[in-house]
Amino acid sequence: MENLTFDLAERSLRDLNQFLHKEANGKGIKQVTVNNPDGAHNIAVGLNEAISVNVHGHAGYYAAGMLKSGTVTIFGNAGTGVAENMMSGKVHVKGFASVSAGASAHGGLLVIDGDASLRCGISLKGADIVVGGSVGSFSGFMAQAGRMVICGNTGDALGDSLYEAVIYVRGNIKSLGADAQLEPMKDSDYQEVGELLDKAGLPHDPKDFKRVASARKLYHWNADANQEY
Amino acid sequence: MCGIVGLLVKTPALRERLGELLVPMMIGMTERGPDSAGLAIFTDTLGVGHKYSLYSGGTEAFNWGGVAEDLYKHLRAEGRCEGHGNHAVLTCALAPDVIRQWLKEHYPMLHVLSCGRAIDLYKDIGTPTEVCDRYGFAGLKGTHAIGHTRMATESAVTPDRAHPFTAGEDFCLVHNGSLSNPNGLRRKLEPQGIHFDTDNDTEAACRFLEWRMREGDTLDAAIKKGFDELDGFYTFLIGTGDQMALVRDPFACKPAIVAETDDYVAIASEFRSLAHLPGVKNAHIYEPAPEEIYVWKI
Repeated sequence: MENLTFDLAERSLRDLNQFLHKEANGKGIKQVTVNNPDGAHNIAVGLNEAISVNVHGHAGYYAAGMLKSGTVTIFGNAGTGVAENMMSGKVHVKGFASVSAGASAHGGLLVIDGDASLRCGISLKGADIVVGGSVGSFSGFMAQAGRMVICGNTGDALGDSLYEAVIYVRGNIKSLGADAQLEPMKDSDYQEVGELLDKAGLPHDPKDFKRVASARKLYHWNADANQEY
Repeated sequence: MCGIVGLLVKTPALRERLGELLVPMMIGMTERGPDSAGLAIFTDTLGVGHKYSLYSGGTEAFNWGGVAEDLYKHLRAEGRCEGHGNHAVLTCALAPDVIRQWLKEHYPMLHVLSCGRAIDLYKDIGTPTEVCDRYGFAGLKGTHAIGHTRMATESAVTPDRAHPFTAGEDFCLVHNGSLSNPNGLRRKLEPQGIHFDTDNDTEAACRFLEWRMREGDTLDAAIKKGFDELDGFYTFLIGTGDQMALVRDPFACKPAIVAETDDYVAIASEFRSLAHLPGVKNAHIYEPAPEEIYVWKI
């Protein structure tokens, strides 16, 4: 048996998650279809098997959080904190993602076809995030490592207090956060953006993107700055 | 945390089912607010007079028939007082300030939960399921309704601190979040003659917005002034006789999601409260943007 369907209208979320953690591997399951998620929280959290989980409908908070391996695809919208603290693997949201998508994700790829709300990629620690639409304010706040590719526009304070993560934006940037700056795109940037767009299945030209990275002025305390950054 | 829900039906036939559709929305928000719940429902507008939702406190049945009799005895005014347990709707043609004053003098134990020509209001402590059952929310009919499930974070768990809050006539507000300057708002409003019933932060927002509208602002303009004056985190859902409005603070820390079809506009803190609605799988579903004002008319 390679495919299995879980109907959350009939079975509990705990059943699903316990199955994904404890039984899926032993039974040789390659793909799990989840029907009627109806906004349930914590769908497929901590997935640690090389399987595909396809969620048909809208997911609630923290879907695919702490993903360690496998692929989670949400054919709908995702609530707060989708793929938060993801370690590796891939999460694909076909609709929009609510606040804090990919928060503190260490590795893997998060693709959001629609818009992402505020604080997308907050405290990013190494994962890649590709957003087909726009992102809300404070996205990339304190992002430490990893890459964000934003095909639409951004809200206020993009990349505020950014560390070593890099943000590529195709649309308009409403405002940059403290210490974030626009930098020229190098050949290596075009290549990276191209690769990430390919992985996300998005047709845009890497030449349309701008690079936002840290000016690194906040890295050291400057007593003369008088709190003016 | 708190849970907010709202439902405005566009198709007149659905008005019969407003309560029935709203109850699962409220129960879906139980984890966000298990300590008290409330509902404001807007019905057909009275041609003459006003109606008042009254709450007697406790669980004992109250002699509501006596209220109408006394009203006639004292003021020679015809009134109707239809009660169930500790809640009643009093209808009377006299001016609201006369009725409020008379109630204060003769029935000081009664709380006036709402006043208007279209609004009925119920709120009490208990889980959403308990409160919905206690007041028969499933059988309520109307054009639009606004509900709340409360997880108290800043004032006591009592029926009068449950949401929705009201001010003036046909105006109510529910809130998920917390305000940092409710006392400043009180100091601003009390010299204008505005009386507060509780120490709750949401009441300050409710009275501020209603005051602005009484001063001549549209709902939209009042909310815009609110962006300058109301400090804190909030998702507000506001009901008037013919409108429902949704607004989030600039940081949008508190969630909200909207599902819109040809038949209705439904709002909840989380999608799980919308999942049961008819046709929701094909609805236009979106998350309201921070500091944007969304207003729907019946």
